[in-house]
Amino acid sequence: METFTPTIPAQAPSTFRGGRGDPPQVASGGDDGRSDAGPPDFGTRLRRARLALAVALTPIVMLFVSFTSAYIVRQGLPTLDANSNQLVRDWLPIPLPTQLFLLNTLVLLLSSVTLEFARRQLGRQAALAPVKGIPGVSLGTERRIPWLAVTITLGLMFLAGQWMAWQALADRGFFVATAPSSSFVYLMTGCHALHLFGGIMALLVAGAASVLHRSLDSRRIIVDVTTWYWHFMALLWIYILALLEFAH
Amino acid sequence: MAGGPGGGETIMVAQEPHAHAAPQGFIRKYIFSLDHKVIGLQYYFLALTAVFVGMFLSLLMRIHLVWPAAVLPLLGEIKPETYLTLVTMHGTIMVFFVLTTAPQGGFGNYFLPIQIGAPDMAFPVLNMLSFWTTFLAYLVMLAAFFVVGGAPLHGWTGYAPLSALQSAGPGEGLGADLWITSIAIFCIASLMGALNFITTTLDMRARGMSMMRMPLTCWSWFVTAILGLLAFGVLLSAGVLLLMDRNLGTSFYLPLGTINGQLTGHKGGSPLLWQHLFWFFGHPEVYIAILPGMGVASQVLSTFSRKPIFGYKAMVYAMLGIGLLGFMVWGHHMFMSGMSPYTAFAFSIMTMAIGVPSAIKTFNWLGTLWRGRIQFASPMLFAIGFVSLFVSGGLSGPFLAQPTLDIPLHDTAFVPAHFHLIMGVAAIFGIFAATYYWFPKMFGRMMNETLGRIHFFFTLIGTYCIFMPMHYLGLAGQPRRYSQLTELAYLHPLIPLNRFITYAAIVTVTAQLVFLYNLLCSMFKGPKASDNPWHATTLEWTTATPPPHDNFGGHTPVVYHGPYEYSVPGAPQDYVMQNDPATVAAH
Amino acid sequence: MGLVLLCVIWLITIASTYFFVAKTWWLPAGASAATAVIDHQFAITFVFMGIIFVAAQLALGLFVWKFRDRGSASPAGYSHGNIRLEVIWTVLTAVLFVGLNLAGSQIWAAERFRPADEGATRVEVTGMQFAWYFRYPGPDGKFGLTKAELEDPSAGGEAALGLNPADPASKDDVVTGTMVVPVDRQVEVILRAHDVIHSFFVPSMRFKQDAVPGLAIHMHFTPTQTGDFEIACAELCGLGHYKMHGMLKVVSREEFDKWLAAREAEKQ
Repeated sequence: METFTPTIPAQAPSTFRGGRGDPPQVASGGDDGRSDAGPPDFGTRLRRARLALAVALTPIVMLFVSFTSAYIVRQGLPTLDANSNQLVRDWLPIPLPTQLFLLNTLVLLLSSVTLEFARRQLGRQAALAPVKGIPGVSLGTERRIPWLAVTITLGLMFLAGQWMAWQALADRGFFVATAPSSSFVYLMTGCHALHLFGGIMALLVAGAASVLHRSLDSRRIIVDVTTWYWHFMALLWIYILALLEFAH
Repeated sequence: MAGGPGGGETIMVAQEPHAHAAPQGFIRKYIFSLDHKVIGLQYYFLALTAVFVGMFLSLLMRIHLVWPAAVLPLLGEIKPETYLTLVTMHGTIMVFFVLTTAPQGGFGNYFLPIQIGAPDMAFPVLNMLSFWTTFLAYLVMLAAFFVVGGAPLHGWTGYAPLSALQSAGPGEGLGADLWITSIAIFCIASLMGALNFITTTLDMRARGMSMMRMPLTCWSWFVTAILGLLAFGVLLSAGVLLLMDRNLGTSFYLPLGTINGQLTGHKGGSPLLWQHLFWFFGHPEVYIAILPGMGVASQVLSTFSRKPIFGYKAMVYAMLGIGLLGFMVWGHHMFMSGMSPYTAFAFSIMTMAIGVPSAIKTFNWLGTLWRGRIQFASPMLFAIGFVSLFVSGGLSGPFLAQPTLDIPLHDTAFVPAHFHLIMGVAAIFGIFAATYYWFPKMFGRMMNETLGRIHFFFTLIGTYCIFMPMHYLGLAGQPRRYSQLTELAYLHPLIPLNRFITYAAIVTVTAQLVFLYNLLCSMFKGPKASDNPWHATTLEWTTATPPPHDNFGGHTPVVYHGPYEYSVPGAPQDYVMQNDPATVAAH
Repeated sequence: MGLVLLCVIWLITIASTYFFVAKTWWLPAGASAATAVIDHQFAITFVFMGIIFVAAQLALGLFVWKFRDRGSASPAGYSHGNIRLEVIWTVLTAVLFVGLNLAGSQIWAAERFRPADEGATRVEVTGMQFAWYFRYPGPDGKFGLTKAELEDPSAGGEAALGLNPADPASKDDVVTGTMVVPVDRQVEVILRAHDVIHSFFVPSMRFKQDAVPGLAIHMHFTPTQTGDFEIACAELCGLGHYKMHGMLKVVSREEFDKWLAAREAEKQ
């Protein structure tokens, strides 16, 4: 019993082509962008780096999704109070240093803006680079605002601000283990701060790359990827703040 | 001009040289190499040492279980807490440092770029870092044995409060902190690896290598990387919360309680939270452990049946289905946990559903063998063994997936019987099949066939003798993680069968020395291998043996065919290589 | 080699199946109301999974022998698959697997969705490293309050549970190290744990439930035969996990009433 679909017979041997074959019939195919000679071009490298960033952001999202679900479940979780033999809920919402958090939010958003300027600044530099190479052409001395350095400063200011917020909480008597609500506040803001610090490290690398005269293309890629990471960190911060403030 | 072994180079399009030149010097060539092939071998040999450590621990476990009073040379008497330490570390080392390392980090790293026609992984420096981070995690894990109190005793699953209270038992102090820290480091390393795998697969395939022309091994590494990407972040979060509960006085997992009459000082937390977070990771983890083995099984079965894989597309969709459903079934580990029975029911339906794509794959493997011309080289023996073991291990799943039947079976020996057949044997057979299959390409020599056959038969029969009887023990009600069976009267009649298992384990572990000997000797003294000794079709067999630093010697392949064009009617030979433009086939 | 493989695979299959069918090592004799339905569900699952197991393994063995390379010129059968077959076996598998589960779902509902009956024998079961304690509510029908601070395992009994003497309801609670229940009446267990997760497992009753610190889990089962049945701990709880066991004694109603009355009298 023939149980399989009939195979498509290959054509008779007379149609075998010698030498170089035809290009692949199926149009969809991989192409790593090296159709011209040389290592991957800027466009390919940038695309690959951005893809890598999108991939890398996924586990970070999962980390905070995990914390969020623990947070929400814990709020509603009843536990056995042996003193009354009843299930009770012991969630104690804590007063947050909201003004300080809002100020820090502003600083972070501002740093996102300045970093975006830095990214575009590098883009303009790249666009003008061929022009500058023409002998006899001068674009005049440009006063360049060091957007990258400004961003790093703002980032550090944000971290300092977070530290002050934690101090404010501690002054009110809320430490890591005081109550489940305070545990979550320190946990989420702390993890966010850690990831932001990683972003600052990346910016320092980008800054160092410029001093060390790495290629403009490489610097553009580092700054581009870090910029998107930075914007994500800002959005993540807003999410965390909203969760802590509003989800009771 | 027809394609043939070694004929690949003449039909490749000349392309640009590799982005970075071959490294010089011992350190840069072998220690901190950026070459995915060297890194792959580093992962592989790390896993090889880990598996022997893990097997040794399990032998000690089995010996103590049936002879509790035994005094072993050098090690002395094994106390109940030591037994539990062995259980914990055996499981942890095997799951993380063998099953999550060798198939993906080892073979995936080595062969993904080559099979898709790329010169390396997308981010070689990150790749190098991901190995050394894994290595660091391994050292931290082993360090737990040597600190005050020793390694933890809470099982590889680390349920809180047992894992969250420093006074819950010996080893739950510093040893447990090191265990958690090691796992956290491992999470980071895996995420780095997953990033490379996904980016490389999506962005670096050669011209003509569409997703649906990739070998199934590449699909398996791709889906595995996605699973890891989504799961390891959650494990990391669980570990962070556990470290906080243990050391900072928080109460994420710890309710009000006492231990040995002393208040723990915590309140309000939920032990079930740990279980949810852990198993949200833990279930995808077991698919991470088995998917690459499935990919290798498909590859090897096809090669040595001289037939295309039966239902390539269905195989791809089945892998995607297993991956997706794998995230929706974690509660089946928690039917007895105190979780809502309604939730349990929902999870059980999803769990039965995941049996469907697994069944599809099994049917398709059988379909590949049907009407094949089967050649019994060592890799093929292990691939056939894989199918048998996957069937056996898989079919005990539907028992555990039904909450009603889980009532008598949960936390009995039936559970380790199930997961060992799948993870502890089938997945390992996948690693063996891959080793025997790709050894000629990696080392330029052939392994010894006779030793391979001896290794295969001893291991197949031996592991069945170990794990099939465990099902009977579980049905009879033998609980898991008991250091001895002397205290409960209904367990006494089960001791003889346990002894049989222990004898089988001793023989089977010893038989692995045959493999080790074969591997190490053949690396240096095996007969030289040609570039394509198996007459296989995928791109790794078009390169030199071993492959040059940039994999294709300055040329990038162009792909014209699907990955398993064997016995194409009318073709001059019974295989058509993927980069062969001369033969026209249906795919 | 093909023949050797066939023989090895077939022998392993036949040997494994034999021991399952012969029930050489099997579920202990059941003594509860749920036994019949649970064992029946087991049986159906066994039959279906057993048929698939035998068929798949025998087919595997057969194929590797039948389709071995005999060195002849005939090539392998070139095929990329068969969509119709894929659909058929996918649907069949799905129907079988999901159907099996749904068939067993009634039992799960009966055991777990419904609360205990009104007249059930109530016993609070507390697990701690490494012993089980059982508490009966006494003539007032109420379990007295406990206090974590008062828990003292070294003193046994009431002190181990941390009974709060300030609560009048706790004065008449009977605490034992052996669980005694009357036959043919539903038993409601309230599961608690002090330190780590334990699990109350009575194989003969086809009953298991984790005891989780911070929770009081209500479950029920109905013993239908008298006798002594061992209780095992079925969740890793520390170095004494293997020896944390208890005994369930199922006795006639008269005996239970007498026993309970005697224990309650001691509390007066």
